[in-house]
Amino acid sequence: MAKLLYFGRLSDLTGTTVEVLDLPDDIRTAADLRDWLDLRFEASGAMKEPTVRIAINNEIVFDADPVAGDDEIAFMPPVGGG
Amino acid sequence: MITITDLPIHSGDLLRAFEAENAAAGAIVTFTGQVRPNSNSGAVSALFLQAYSPMTETGIERAIKTANAKWPLTGVKVVHRVGEMQPGDTIVFVAAASKHRRAAFEAADFLMDYLKTEAVFWKKETVADKATWIEPRAEDYQDARRWNMEQAQACQE
Repeated sequence: MAKLLYFGRLSDLTGTTVEVLDLPDDIRTAADLRDWLDLRFEASGAMKEPTVRIAINNEIVFDADPVAGDDEIAFMPPVGGG
Repeated sequence: MITITDLPIHSGDLLRAFEAENAAAGAIVTFTGQVRPNSNSGAVSALFLQAYSPMTETGIERAIKTANAKWPLTGVKVVHRVGEMQPGDTIVFVAAASKHRRAAFEAADFLMDYLKTEAVFWKKETVADKATWIEPRAEDYQDARRWNMEQAQACQE
């Protein structure tokens, strides 16, 4: 199972900060995951914004990087600072 | 050295402990940040902060490492609050110890600039019952640039 984390305004959009689920088989990259989640949450592109960075297992990744079914994947809008 | 907590921060207690830990330091500088009662959009009733552990801590550790490389510090402490806060609550405590005051002043200032711009926190402000996620102000980025933070610049690209 993958653990998905949504931070900042994305947690309002998704209605949760964390969910654990099985990713569909055709999701192979971070970009695939953005597309799938954007449709799933009817996010109108919010999950695909370049300023929203993705971290897999605590490392920032590029859109072409692979995702695995047991990863912790965080969607991170620009940080607001403390 | 780094604490992220959803409990109230008591700067006085932290200072006393830091002084005891750094009894040989000639200079200690501390900074306490409090939740402001007003923002550009009006009276603030609440502030909510999210962190992503351990990424938040790792980033702060890196900033402390940079500070240690820039200045001859004998001790550093960063305590940051997360969760729900009210105006007047302490949101951050930073302490730097050194043999002489200049290094301690500058290191505390540098760490605060990091915490205000690059640190991994998401912040939601409630004004007149309307909650809004806040992104850094342009002047925060300018403050951080004073230190020629390579990492800060890379993150903005």
